[in-house]
Amino acid sequence: MVGLEHYLTVAAALFVIGIFGIFLNRKNVIVILMSIELVLLAVNINLVAFSAHLGDLVGQVFTMFVLTVAAAEAAIGLAILVCFFRNRGTIDVEDVNVMKG
Amino acid sequence: MTPADLNTLLPEIVLALFAMSALIFGVYTGKDAVARSLVWATVAVFVLLALWIATTGTGARQAFGGLFQDDPFARFAKVTILLSAAAVLAMSQDYMARRDLLRFEYPVLITLSVVGMMMMVSAGDLMALYMGLELQSLALYVMAALRRGSVKSTEAGLKYFVLGALSSGLLLYGASLTYGFAGTTLFSGILSQLGEGVPLGLLFGLVFMLAGLAFKVSAAPFHMWTPDVYEGSPTPVTAFFATAPKVAAMALLARLAHDAFGAIPGDWGQVVAALAVASMALGAIAAIGQRDIKRLMAYSSIAHMGYALMGLAAGTAQGVQAMLVYMAIYVTMNVGTFAFILSMTRDGRPVTTIDALNQYARREPLRALAMLVLLFSLAGVPPMVGFFGKFTVLKAAVDGGLVWLAVAGAVASVVGAFYYLRIVYFMYFGKEASALDREMSPVQWVMLMGSAAIMVLGVVNLFGIEPAAALAAETLVR
Repeated sequence: MVGLEHYLTVAAALFVIGIFGIFLNRKNVIVILMSIELVLLAVNINLVAFSAHLGDLVGQVFTMFVLTVAAAEAAIGLAILVCFFRNRGTIDVEDVNVMKG
Repeated sequence: MTPADLNTLLPEIVLALFAMSALIFGVYTGKDAVARSLVWATVAVFVLLALWIATTGTGARQAFGGLFQDDPFARFAKVTILLSAAAVLAMSQDYMARRDLLRFEYPVLITLSVVGMMMMVSAGDLMALYMGLELQSLALYVMAALRRGSVKSTEAGLKYFVLGALSSGLLLYGASLTYGFAGTTLFSGILSQLGEGVPLGLLFGLVFMLAGLAFKVSAAPFHMWTPDVYEGSPTPVTAFFATAPKVAAMALLARLAHDAFGAIPGDWGQVVAALAVASMALGAIAAIGQRDIKRLMAYSSIAHMGYALMGLAAGTAQGVQAMLVYMAIYVTMNVGTFAFILSMTRDGRPVTTIDALNQYARREPLRALAMLVLLFSLAGVPPMVGFFGKFTVLKAAVDGGLVWLAVAGAVASVVGAFYYLRIVYFMYFGKEASALDREMSPVQWVMLMGSAAIMVLGVVNLFGIEPAAALAAETLVR
């Protein structure tokens, strides 16, 4: 029987993979965007699992909002990335370094 | 959805409709040719809305079953946000026009982010909180990359986007845990759940949400994006980042802490206190080596957020009041300082190095004096208003039993005074260097002088914001 704990474990694993994807990835900014999506999807799994467990619809409504905002966020991220690529000709993470820090 | 609900939301609705019609108007008419008139129209709308909210609102109202709160606390924050956004917009028009940056999207994006901030400070539910925060953040990401052809600006936008999205992810994960363990997303519902013991899941949710919001207020150790974004963004956008969004995020933090988790001030108080002491220490020490005034202002804002968090960490109404007063003073000082930074040019090109200010006082004694007042106020030197801001938060921390935090704050302010006073030293006693241009747009001049005058004249009674902040704090802390 698959219970709430299983869903929460999967979501936590996805969340951690997403966070590590952002920080450990040295290759390419697109991978960072994918990691961000992974984090948001982990949250959605959490919300839907809780919603089903509690028998309360609010969690699923919240998920709809998160999905919509995630789409807008990805669009803006890609747009900024395109501008960056036009200026630098590369999207390697190591080249995002004109300013120190 | 009743007329009463919509009536409560009317200022936000008006502003959102204004943003959308301004966008349509810009697209179907002269595009960037109408940018100048759009900027001034936006400034007028902001000021009128601020007056409307300040004069008509009474008492505390709810809309949409508690999703949206309209109380004195929200109104105080909204008026601060609207007025500071109007001031930044007004003084940036000249700078943007000269550098061919004045696109009609700029006032529209600012308006949308202000709508988001007004939603944030009025949020009474995790969903309202998230939607307001994202509306604000998405507009700000675009604004950071406004100078599309510049490597620095797009890099600033990219960094801000990645770290902002990460912080939203942290906040959301915390929100999902809070929802799961409290069974509701309403702040009042979460508060009533805390009566019978605190489940571990709720504490995890609280910590994740605090970490996400700490990113937004750029509190250490979640500050890494701040210096780069401040340096890379066009200066008017930096001025905007340093003012209104900080007020909104700080107000949201206070609302979440008190409205949703007000029953356990000890639990979030220690997290906020840790954030405060780290921010103050880092802001004071890391700024010493900076040679770029925009980077320096970034570290300065990190330190100032530390002081504002110190008021919040006290967990009392007095602390919230101190935080609100501090944020209002901080925003006023930053508007004046950035008006000056916007006017720093040499042969028509913007300059942001501190060395460029060498011997500035000899050529422009009045402006140098105004800047001296502002820098003394930022450092918290006694006769200026900035000192009273610091004093109220330190007093709130001591009265709240956080003596160690107040001592750390006092030490950090002494260390931090060094880098503000160094700019004064350069202006008055620096080596001879090639002069900055003398011209300054009238709006920037008025903002600089007005802000400096407030820092001196406000000593009398802080222009009466203290009672308003006290009323706001009372509605939040019950």
